[in-house]
Amino acid sequence: MPELASPLMRPREAADALEGELAELIVAALNLEVPATAIDPEAGLYGEGLGLDSIDILEIALVVSKHYGVQLRADDAANTEIFRSLHHLAAYVAAHRTK
Amino acid sequence: MLPAGRHVINVCADRYRFAVGLTAAMLAGKVSLLPPSHTPQVVRHLRQFAPDVFCLTDTEACAIDLPQVRYPDAPAAPQAWRVPQLAPDTLVAYVFTSGSTGVPVPHPKTWGRLVACVREGAVRLRLAPGTALLATVPAQHMYGFESSVLLALAAGAALVAERPFYPADIAQALAALPRPRALISTPIHLRAMLAAELALPPVDLILSATAPLEAALARDAEAQFDAPLIEIYGSTETGQLATRRTARERPWHPWPGLRLALEGDRVWARDGYLETPTPLGDALELLEDGTFVLHGRLADLVNIAGKRSSLGYLTHQLLTIEGVQDGAFFLPERAEASGVSRVAAAVVAPELTEAHLLAALRERLDPVFLPRPLLKVERLPRNSTGKLPQEALAALLDPPVRP
Repeated sequence: MPELASPLMRPREAADALEGELAELIVAALNLEVPATAIDPEAGLYGEGLGLDSIDILEIALVVSKHYGVQLRADDAANTEIFRSLHHLAAYVAAHRTK
Repeated sequence: MLPAGRHVINVCADRYRFAVGLTAAMLAGKVSLLPPSHTPQVVRHLRQFAPDVFCLTDTEACAIDLPQVRYPDAPAAPQAWRVPQLAPDTLVAYVFTSGSTGVPVPHPKTWGRLVACVREGAVRLRLAPGTALLATVPAQHMYGFESSVLLALAAGAALVAERPFYPADIAQALAALPRPRALISTPIHLRAMLAAELALPPVDLILSATAPLEAALARDAEAQFDAPLIEIYGSTETGQLATRRTARERPWHPWPGLRLALEGDRVWARDGYLETPTPLGDALELLEDGTFVLHGRLADLVNIAGKRSSLGYLTHQLLTIEGVQDGAFFLPERAEASGVSRVAAAVVAPELTEAHLLAALRERLDPVFLPRPLLKVERLPRNSTGKLPQEALAALLDPPVRP
């Protein structure tokens, strides 16, 4: 399991660390063939790009609830944004995490 | 209000609108088409099957390449009405399976048999009158069609329009419903809900279908939701065939009047509420007391999240891509961490990039069948007779470790 991002890091570094951590968690949970470091943080997660589908999105929802205490909601105005990219997902988790 | 065409693809995401569209079509003598997916290729085939087909949708951004009718936003003016009667032999829908050659296969459904089947189900489920049915599956899939729409239309349950996706949304939607209330779901969603560390509201009934549910998961779901969990066995071709209380028993109890018999290497289902005798895609062990045990899918068939296909079909689609010299889909041997097994593919296509291949497959296949991974190889591991052993394909993923 990757180390949790330290709160002492500067915001940019912390965001990068969280992105890397999420990428590791996603690759492990979904058993993807790509190495975590090869995921383009700006590329789409759904459809084209990383090519995830709704089964994967449910799996990612589970990962972020377990590791960060974030319960994703569809009625959240930000929901369509969240899966736009790893970067967007990490920003959402950073803003809403409870652990 | 509906166009003249006799066939409609009803893609309304809102279950209430789907049900209104379905009944409006039935009363207007139209037949609803329920395809396995809406890829451009499937839509082209449906247009050949029924040239007058149109699409009933409740979203603005509907990308289906057919004449479209928007579900009206304004509610219809209230008027006195009686519950309409339909003759039992009225053809109301064609539900499609993906077929083995690329052309979706239609399975006609008549109103009388659909109703008789779900009414039998309601007895099995001890469905209390007025039970609110919250479903995480779409109305357009055979399971959702029967257990979330027809149970409400023909067996006195209450339809819930929403289809929540995230565990927290499902829990909230359930808690907001009056009791009795039921959760109509799948192993994937049940597993996600139980693992989400949420306070789950009690319900009165849980249904699961689309993939086999483990007994331990069923027991956990019964404990956390404080309700019996009934698992349903069925298929697009046959509709619902059998149930079991998965937490307590392994054998399935078939619908009364259904005859199951091994003929050659396949089990065939006959009578009951079937439209036609049908070979089943699973390995069934028929027991003397009339129940049966399920031993998984037959070799060539795959089922991912309730979507069915066959390796033969997927391979056929891969080979239709220009520039592909050889290729095959196969099942990786290792178990997936998520509990969902995916398909993999090996392909010989020196001129094509992986991205191009995936884009071409995306046009032909439901996304759940996109290969993970897609391996580009110089040649496939065919044996001396030209056959491709599954083990040799699987070994492409996990080459044997040399000492």
